[in-house]
Amino acid sequence: MPQYANIAVSILFDGLAYAMFLFITSVGLSVTMGLMNFVNLAHGAFAMAGGYLVVSLTRSLGVPFIPSLIVASVVVGAVSVVFERVLYRRLYRATDLEQVLLTIGLAFMAIATYTYFYGPIPKSVPLPRWLEGDVNLGFRTFPSYRAFLIVVGLFLVAVLWYGFERTNIGAKIRAAVDNRRMAQSVGINVDRLFTLTFALGSGLAALGGGLAIQLLGLNPSFAVIYLVLFLIVVAVGGLGSLKGTLLAALVLGICDTAGKYLFADAGGFFIYAITVLVLLVKPAGFYGRE
Amino acid sequence: MAASDIMNAPTASESARERAAQYIVSRHRFRPTEALPWLFAIAAYFIFPDRMTFANQVAIMIMFALSLDLILGYAGIVTLGHAAFFGIGAYTVALMLARFGWTEPISGLFAAAIVTGFFGFILGWFTLRYRGLTLIMLTLATAIMLQETGNLRSDISGGYDGLPGLTFKPLFGVFNYDLYGHVYYLYTMAVLVVVFFLVRRIVYSPFGQALTGIRENVRRMHAVGSPVHRRLVTVYTISAAIAGVAGALFTQTNAYVTLTVFDFDNSAKVMVMLILGGTGRLYGAFIGAIIYLVLEDGLSKFSPTFWQFGIGLLLVLAVLFAPRGVLGLFENAAAYLSKRFKS
Repeated sequence: MPQYANIAVSILFDGLAYAMFLFITSVGLSVTMGLMNFVNLAHGAFAMAGGYLVVSLTRSLGVPFIPSLIVASVVVGAVSVVFERVLYRRLYRATDLEQVLLTIGLAFMAIATYTYFYGPIPKSVPLPRWLEGDVNLGFRTFPSYRAFLIVVGLFLVAVLWYGFERTNIGAKIRAAVDNRRMAQSVGINVDRLFTLTFALGSGLAALGGGLAIQLLGLNPSFAVIYLVLFLIVVAVGGLGSLKGTLLAALVLGICDTAGKYLFADAGGFFIYAITVLVLLVKPAGFYGRE
Repeated sequence: MAASDIMNAPTASESARERAAQYIVSRHRFRPTEALPWLFAIAAYFIFPDRMTFANQVAIMIMFALSLDLILGYAGIVTLGHAAFFGIGAYTVALMLARFGWTEPISGLFAAAIVTGFFGFILGWFTLRYRGLTLIMLTLATAIMLQETGNLRSDISGGYDGLPGLTFKPLFGVFNYDLYGHVYYLYTMAVLVVVFFLVRRIVYSPFGQALTGIRENVRRMHAVGSPVHRRLVTVYTISAAIAGVAGALFTQTNAYVTLTVFDFDNSAKVMVMLILGGTGRLYGAFIGAIIYLVLEDGLSKFSPTFWQFGIGLLLVLAVLFAPRGVLGLFENAAAYLSKRFKS
């Protein structure tokens, strides 16, 4: 294969894996923000909590990697309901600013707590053998872990798409994102819907956090560093839109990877430049409501 | 609410116009309590002579928070990228010295104000058409892009290692900087006084009233024919220039600068300070910056982790129990007491 085609394939492949991570972690944030207009800056903390739970389960209890991922996302999803019921719901009617401050406060507390218990050094997890090394797809080899990430991501895209577009609950969520008052007046319990999506979103974030350990590394500042990326994906995709989140994750994931491959020095510049361009032209994001 | 009083007044009637004018003038009058922070600043100089470097940092952050109060507290512009302007100001004086050997500090401040104001004008012109999350993300992305640009040209900016050893000329060519930061403190405080009276003049002017109107009800301001975008860009430019001056003072009094001035942390920190103190009330910036930095200084001695947990808890408690900041708590207490005494 010629050199440039090889690089292009690598960019696409790595970009796709990165995009899947962005999608899994951001989709919950997008739907909860679309439903309640709630700015949740502690979303990254839920992802981090999921990551550390996977670390503890695999390292201390010897649970295999894949079951740990599932346990972590279920546990974090369940715990997030407590936060939602006790803290978040008090601020549904508050201003953006108060929501930002409460949730960034929670994120700081989470970072401090995890630093205290796990230390600031990045953690790793033992992977099953079939996830290490490379996988041969005939024309060239790819890292197995990234291939796995892409498969998981595509699977979740399909499941979420089905849930969103083809089930009763999905229809209710779409209706509530579209027009909350109208949805409430036809008898949809938006409050409960929100709790449900919040739990689901936090659980997915935890899954993303667990998957990110091998991709990006996990230390306590994960909660804030990647939060900015999740917010960018949500803003660029449009609040509450599954399609938008996927498109934004793909565009940003692939462009960011391309930028890092081709112009190593420019680092993170591209993702922000794209964000600014998209938002200047489409302030509500790709599929957001103007 | 103050702003709506004026808007409700039938402006056609001469007497109502008179009353509105009188109201604005009376708001602008000084109250005796306003002397307190300044007396405290003077007292601090004599009580803590060995902590002047720290006091100088506090004064710089007060100025930075004050610039944010102008746009967040009065005009209701929520931004998470205000560090962009602090950083531009800091790098303006740093690069003037490193590249062109310009060491005179006061003209450096003016240059920083002009350069940052210009950036603020351009950015504001493009971004202030947007609100909410879009605006937050645009401001945040701008600050990070500036940081990345600086990193890209680390041959000029010094990158994350920074530009060390920036020594400026003595103030007015006479006052040399001493090791304990006494001259720095007085210098920063003098600039803070000037900036404060400028900001105070602005928020109590009819222009400031119009800003409050935009914050409270932007549609109504459009409806009464107020040039909303132009006013927002104007106040954003002024705020940027002030943040730039604060950044310039940071470089001058620390004698170094690194790209971390553009950090998201810096933007978040200044907002937290302002909210803790109370937005839209001028002195909130003072109280907030002092509480934040004193706590940080005290708690970080135990461990930085401890401090981070503390600030997080403080934020959660502030939002749940004191949404109008520490000054808001004082006001509530004062209102409660006066009610008790009257009955």
